[in-house]
Formats: sequence, structure tokens, C-alpha cells
Amino acid sequence: MATRDVVGDVTIAAVETPPNEEELGLGLSPSKAALKRARTHRGLKIGFGILLVMAVFAIFAPWLAPYDPYLQNLPMRMLPPVWMEGGSWEYLLGTDHLGRDYLSRLIHGARISMFIGIGAASIGAIIGVTLGLIAGYYGGWIDQGVNFLVTCQLAVPSLLLIMALVFVIGQSVTVVIFVIGATHWVFYLLVVRSATLRLRELDFVAAAQAMGCSKFKIAVREVLPNLSNQIMVIFTLEVAVAILSEATLSFLGLGIPSPLPSWGLMIAEGKAAMFFQPWLVILPGLALFVLVIAINLLGDGVRDVTVTHRRN
Amino acid sequence: MMTYVLRRCLMAILVAFTVSLGTYALFHFATDPAQTIAGEDAPQEMVDEIREQFGFDRPLLVQYGDWLGGVFQGDFGTSYFWKQPVVELIKEHAGVTITLALVSLLVTILIALPLGISAALKPNSWVDRFALSIAVSAQAIPNFWLGLMVIILFAVTFPIFPVSGDATWRHFVLPSLVLGASSVPAVMRLTRTGLLDVLASDYIRTARAKGFMGYRLILQQAMRNALLPIVSVLAVQLGHKLGGSVVTESVFSMNGLGRLAVESIFNSDIPTVQSLILIFVLTFVLLTLAADLINAWLDPRIRMG
Repeated sequence: MATRDVVGDVTIAAVETPPNEEELGLGLSPSKAALKRARTHRGLKIGFGILLVMAVFAIFAPWLAPYDPYLQNLPMRMLPPVWMEGGSWEYLLGTDHLGRDYLSRLIHGARISMFIGIGAASIGAIIGVTLGLIAGYYGGWIDQGVNFLVTCQLAVPSLLLIMALVFVIGQSVTVVIFVIGATHWVFYLLVVRSATLRLRELDFVAAAQAMGCSKFKIAVREVLPNLSNQIMVIFTLEVAVAILSEATLSFLGLGIPSPLPSWGLMIAEGKAAMFFQPWLVILPGLALFVLVIAINLLGDGVRDVTVTHRRN
Repeated sequence: MMTYVLRRCLMAILVAFTVSLGTYALFHFATDPAQTIAGEDAPQEMVDEIREQFGFDRPLLVQYGDWLGGVFQGDFGTSYFWKQPVVELIKEHAGVTITLALVSLLVTILIALPLGISAALKPNSWVDRFALSIAVSAQAIPNFWLGLMVIILFAVTFPIFPVSGDATWRHFVLPSLVLGASSVPAVMRLTRTGLLDVLASDYIRTARAKGFMGYRLILQQAMRNALLPIVSVLAVQLGHKLGGSVVTESVFSMNGLGRLAVESIFNSDIPTVQSLILIFVLTFVLLTLAADLINAWLDPRIRMG
């Protein structure tokens, strides 16, 4: 069934790097041990480092970008980057078809990508975690209903559904965030549901029940905190998925509206001149690639250092 | 076994029609089909007349039932935009998509299986690291951008293949590579972990003790069990490719179903959109159903439990 590969992918970490007793930091508290392992995890450090730099650029974009990303300078259009013939130090990465500084647009684009990635992944998390807790904790026909919903969601060609929704509702940053979030919650649900099923049989949940806690309170106060690691890992990987979805949507013309400097939109705009000014297409794509690979490295790393079943 | 098959079939049909009703409702509430047919600046009387003539004033479920009745007789309605039967449109465009999907699945298998197997045979060796880094990069490359890069490289800088279109087999080489690459990470990782799990199991140790070695051990003893999850994931990937090669078809300007779907969304062509989504969902559901049945046949534990 479709769900199997999804779960399989999330739990791969158990086999990917064989546990090393020294590095596991036995005898330390779980969070300290995880930190200790994090310091020796190369992928995690690289991913975190790249992400930190890009986040600084995204947050301080208005101060770090050399120009206004919307400022058109038609006499200076289609300038190549500085290292190519005809490039100038004034526009380090050249200009686009309207003479806008490409470096400034790329820096502001990081902002859009990260904002949409985090926003959409949060909305997906809210939907998926809620449904997963409900399905796992209550079970029975509620669980079957949620399961049916998942099967439907997986069967829909999601890109087409997203495009149809954006077309019908209208193009804007908010709509893109909500629509991507509303179609990317299955991972959260599957992991939270199975973990909840496992956790609700444990003694501390029985203790809370004996003390008269409501089901809602048990789900939120007792079960949810135990899932925070797994949710965090999925969240990270979903941010990457959302960023790629946004870029694809914008490239196809149903995502972020022009003139916002979305990297996907920049590739679409550069495509017309792709054969003569290939950097217009290459640069935003490289930016996307580096951002997404950094997020994935971070997510995989966090999963490697926090997975609990390896310690047990 | 029979009840298992029946239950899965019933579920498949239910899913397909729930999704198609959802799409139908979405477009009917959000757009006015009478206005779409009449054109944007048609007079109000004309729009009303069309609404009555086509029966858009009837309740939603009645209209959906009507359309569904037609579907069972092979009539998917008439496109508002292209003004021809949707069946004809689908027949015209299906060939490109099916060819592209099958060839790119082959590309995926040819890259992902050998990589995954060799990575699993020598965990933590350079082969393993190489395979893993390919998976990590392939997952992070935006697929539409990879398409453009491949065009720049193999159609412009080194003009070996045509830039776009779908006329000859040469037009399919680059799109199939790009679409095939998108599924490599998932299939490769699953092959690797699946095979590692199996190789660590007791029966493989027994087989080794009995003198099974090398490729015979892998292919005859281990792969059969490692194949179970791979069959599922390949079915899912083929489903995505048959219904979702929207991006590849757009980048390479190929007249397949994905591009037809995008154009009909842009033109609010409800009959075409809903027919295509029904077909995509049915294809996906049938493929995963087939994968489940193959798995049940390969593994008695599934069909008994």
C-alpha cells in the first residue's frame, strides 16, 4: 500500500548508520546525549551551517541586499554576472530582463522560500498531528474514517489539486501557504497515529487516566510531548518539500504572483532567455538546490541523533 | 484471499468516487460553468439560457450523478473549452503520457535497483556513500530545473537531442531521464534498507551456512523478500508519473495528459478537469491495488492476516 514507503522512509535512520556505543553517550540525559551526538554528526553540522547563513540573509534581506529587488533599470538589463565577459562589479550576479539586480532578488527570494516553507509545514503539522492523535487515541470507526481520508489524499494527483485550488481561490502568498499545507499532512498523521497507538498502552497514560484526566488532556499533555522529536524531524523535511512545491507552482504560473522575487518565478521569467543568458535560470535553481539540501541534511541529522529506539 | 481482494477493490472504488465528487463540488462552487461556456462578457440572458439548457440549475448531486451515469457508458461529457468530447481529447493525449511514464519507470529501476543493491552489499563503503549522496542530491534538485539544465546541456550546448516536443523517440530521451530521476531516491533508499534488513535475518545466515554465495544468494534468496516494499513503491511512483508528469510535460512541451489537465484548469474546463482527475485517481488506486495483490501473492502473511 502507498503508506508503506512513507513510513519506511521515515524510519530508515535505524539502519543507515550503525550505532556506535561511544558516540551514543550512554549514561547522559537524553537531550545531552543527543547534543553530544549532534556535535560529531557531519551532515547535521553542514546543513545547520548553510541554513544559518541563508536564514541571516533572509531575515536581514532589506539591509544586506545591495539594491531594491523591484527597482527596474532598463538600460542595464540582462547584464551577466561579474565573472563573465561584460559583467560589472556594480551588479555582482547581473540583472534580469527588467534590469533588476539579480543578487538582491535572490536574497529576497530566500525570504519568500523560507517563509512559505515554514508556514506550509506548520499548517500541515497542525492538521496531521491533530488527526493522528485523534485517530490513534480514539481508534475504532474514527480511526477508519481518518484512514480513508489518508487513502484519498494519497490517491489525488497533489500538484494538480494544488493548482486547481490556487486557480479557484486566487494567487497570493497566503493562499499558496494554506493550499500546500492542506495537502501535505499525511507524513505527520502516519507517524503520530502509530506512535499514539503504542504510547496509549503505556503505564503513564494509565496513571493519568486513573487520576481522572480527560482524553483531550491526556492526548495533549501526556502523549504529544513524547512525539516532539519525530514531529520535528518530519517538520524539517516537510519544509523542504513545501519549498520545492512553491517553486514548482510559481514556475508553472500558479504560485507566487509577479513581481515578487520567488525563485521558481525567477526561473520561469528567465526561461525565455535561457539559451542566451543561462545564468538567469541556473542561479535561482542553484539557490533552491542548496537551501533544500541543507534542510534535508539538517532533518536527517536530527533524526539520526534523536531516534530513541536505538538507545533502548 | 477472496475477501481480501474484494475488500481492497471496494475500498479502491470508494476512494476514486469520493475524490472525483470532491473535485466536482470544488469547481462547481468556485466557478460558474454557464459563464465559462458563454464567454466572459456574454449578456446575462444568454448565460441564464445556457444554465437552463445544460441543467446547471439542478442540485449538485443530481448533476454529478448524471455525469457519472455517462462515464459508465464511456461518455465523459463535452469539453467547454475545446468543444469536443473529452474521450477524444484523452485518447489524443494519453499515448505521450503512457510512453513517458513507462520509459521513465524503466530509467528509475535501472538506476535505483543496482545502486541500492550495491549499497546494501557493502554498507558504509564508498559505493554506499556515493549512492546515498546521489539520493540526497536528487531529492533536493527541483525537477523542472533539472529539465531546463538537461535541455541547456544536451539540446543546446551539445545538440544531441531535440529541445522539446513529442514527435519521435528521440524527443522522449531527455524527459524520461528527468522524470525517472525524480523517483530514484525513494526507490534506492527502500531497496537498500529492505535488502539490509533481509540480509541480517536468520534464514539468510542459514542459506550462507549451507553454501549459498554471492549473486545467487542475493538474487534467489534475499531479493524475493526485499522486493515486497519495492513493488509497492514502484506502483506508487508509476501512479504519480501517469497522473503527475505535469511538470516534465510542461518543461519539454509535450502534449500529454498532464499538460491537458493544466490547460483545462486555466480555462475552467470542468468536464475535462474532472474526467482527468477521475482517471488519474482510478489509475493510481488500481496500481496500488495491483501492488497489494502482488505482495499478497509473494507473502502469505499478508493474505492470511
